[in-house]
Amino acid sequence: MERNPIRMQLAIMRQSLFDQGHVDEQFVQLEELQDDANPNFVEEVVTLYYRDSARIILNIEQALERKPFDFGKLDAYMHQFKGSSSSIGAKKVKAESTLFRECCKSGNGEGCMRSFQQLKKEYATLRKKFGAYFQLARQAGPVETASRPK
Amino acid sequence: MTVEQIVSEGKDQFPIGMRVLAVDDDPTCLLLLGTLLRRCQYHVTTTSQAKTALKMLRENKNKFDLVISDVHMPDMDGFKLLEHVGLEMDLPVIMLSANGDTKLVMKGITHGACDYLLKPVRIEELQNIWQHVVRRKKKDRCNSGSKDKPHPDSGEDAGIGNVDNNGKLNKKRKDQNEDEDDERDENGHDNEDPSAQKKPRVVWSVELHRKFVAAVNQLGIDKAVPKKILELMNVEKLTRENVASHLQKFRLYLKRISCVANQQANMAAALGTADSAYLRMGSLNGLGNFHTLAGSDQLHNAAFRSFPPSGVLGRLNTPAGLGIRGLPSPGTIQLGHVQNSGNPTNDLSKLQSFVPGNHNTNILQGMPMSLELDRLQHNKSVGHIGELPTTDSTTVFPGSGSLVDARITGFSNNPLLGVTSNSLMLEGSSQQATSHTSVSAIGFQNGNALSDFTLIAPASNQLQDSKADSQGQASLINCNAGQIIRSAPQEWNAPRKDAPYQSHALINSSIPINSAMIQLGQCLDRNNSIFHRTTDLDSVGPLNFVDPLSIKQSEGDNYIMEPSVIEKEGYLMFQPRPHGSHVPDNTGSLKDLASAMMKQEDDLGCNGYSLRTSI
Repeated sequence: MERNPIRMQLAIMRQSLFDQGHVDEQFVQLEELQDDANPNFVEEVVTLYYRDSARIILNIEQALERKPFDFGKLDAYMHQFKGSSSSIGAKKVKAESTLFRECCKSGNGEGCMRSFQQLKKEYATLRKKFGAYFQLARQAGPVETASRPK
Repeated sequence: MTVEQIVSEGKDQFPIGMRVLAVDDDPTCLLLLGTLLRRCQYHVTTTSQAKTALKMLRENKNKFDLVISDVHMPDMDGFKLLEHVGLEMDLPVIMLSANGDTKLVMKGITHGACDYLLKPVRIEELQNIWQHVVRRKKKDRCNSGSKDKPHPDSGEDAGIGNVDNNGKLNKKRKDQNEDEDDERDENGHDNEDPSAQKKPRVVWSVELHRKFVAAVNQLGIDKAVPKKILELMNVEKLTRENVASHLQKFRLYLKRISCVANQQANMAAALGTADSAYLRMGSLNGLGNFHTLAGSDQLHNAAFRSFPPSGVLGRLNTPAGLGIRGLPSPGTIQLGHVQNSGNPTNDLSKLQSFVPGNHNTNILQGMPMSLELDRLQHNKSVGHIGELPTTDSTTVFPGSGSLVDARITGFSNNPLLGVTSNSLMLEGSSQQATSHTSVSAIGFQNGNALSDFTLIAPASNQLQDSKADSQGQASLINCNAGQIIRSAPQEWNAPRKDAPYQSHALINSSIPINSAMIQLGQCLDRNNSIFHRTTDLDSVGPLNFVDPLSIKQSEGDNYIMEPSVIEKEGYLMFQPRPHGSHVPDNTGSLKDLASAMMKQEDDLGCNGYSLRTSI
């Protein structure tokens, strides 16, 4: 049991990320890769994700400004975005990407726009949550393993 | 654990320390992948650029054991990278993608990937990837030591549904390899430890591959065993194992091509469409070079030129050469269909036509269409081209029921000459079976005599086992002169028994032709016709590959793909028999060729070497 209040809070935050469907099992994989050699791995990956995916989001936005829509291109961008998002376990964002791609495939321009708006919202929400989470995690300090009592 | 530690322990503790190269343009995924792999205790190098990856691989062939690559990358298609690596370095490659479409996975497999993983990738999946390295090493090694090695069951990759395909494929390849392997012990390496098998990787350069193809051609795909190929190739430092593994890939390539070809077959344009034969470059995996004959403008099909981009002659390394990706429009030549024959290794009947030189005019004249006959199952005499010619009726079709299974390469059309380029791609098709000769020799006459024609050896047995009775070979005739050309179409049509003939020509003919295929290309006086083929059927099997050399020489890198290039005449060249005449070089005079051919024919006897029209 976590006695440290910060750690407790961190655990709660983490749990809510799962419960609210923002992240999925893949996020656990990321956490498992974090170890002494890689103490901030999860944060690194997520930061990298937000940096790189911002570029893709921008590309999509620009593509959506050109009418008529180039669905092929939009789909390709979104495919890329989806790949990244699924790698960090961003569940809702990934689901929205899938919807967007469906709209592209069926040539539904309106659907694309709507889906993209929703996607950006989820994306931004998650970013805020992650931000708070990692900030707290840094405060909490590295996790002590049970086998190494202080 | 330090890197040094890992490396030194690697040999002893394989798969720990296995050296992996990871390629993915997405930095997030790349970071994740790299970390996962390190967690599996592999030694990882990452790069986001496929080109960089290739560079690293080329710099030091022995630096890596395995490559994992994303499918969608901006600088190079993942499949292309896959083929490059497979051909040049013979390393196992695993594809990675967020897209798990069956088609994509299939594409990965046909391009030689040993596995296909879906993103997000899980550590469990990566923990077993070392099996691919072991499997490959076992394949390459000689039989003797490999039985002891524990190798993972090919079908059992956890969580990977598609691995079964790969596994089976690998298994099959391995079996084939083992079947062929001689018993002798190749080198003294330690067979017990897979990670210690550090044979220097052989780079299959264009030259080397050409020799390989020539050797296979001589022996016949059926009889081409690594030992004999090695002897024929006579290259220092090449081991039987190298040849064996290359042969495996080659066969796979042929198979793949034939599959594609089959699909294309239906689409094959009818003669009218004249897809000229396209050249296929015998890339490492490919056989000879195929050139797509450029159809003339008259031909509406640009099909031939649509030869897959990579299929340019002289491009050994192009993946396209390997796969028939994107086979161009229908009507392009198809490689022997493996499918038909059910014999996977018979792919060779392919038409190889290439444009020898870039002479438009010349080319037309000699449009050789050559069909290669793959192992012909039946020894039927093929229409003899020689006989055809002089008659006014130009058709040289093997009239009778025998079908010629010819894969005819399209003739190049020379607008000047008005030749119709008929891409004859005769492919044996079971449908054709009937009495149509699939390939009709296109007898063109030149007003007087047929000057040249190339024979097209009908198909290989691949085409059809069923069509045993159809024999005959279509011989393609080149029309030399403009007159011929003109008349060609008519002629072409004339002999045909039915209209569909033409289209059949393109399609597979189901005739399994006996190995004698013959072609003669001869251009009468046209000077540069280059093609001519020797038929040697005897021992050779069916395939006669086009000698890539000539093709290569004549073309630069961008060979065939360009329409302009293609417009040159293309013709097929077959690998001549060893003792016989050799394929002349592009500029060889036709007459010499013709005489050589004739001589060969004499030598060979009439065992069907010469294409006889069964008219």
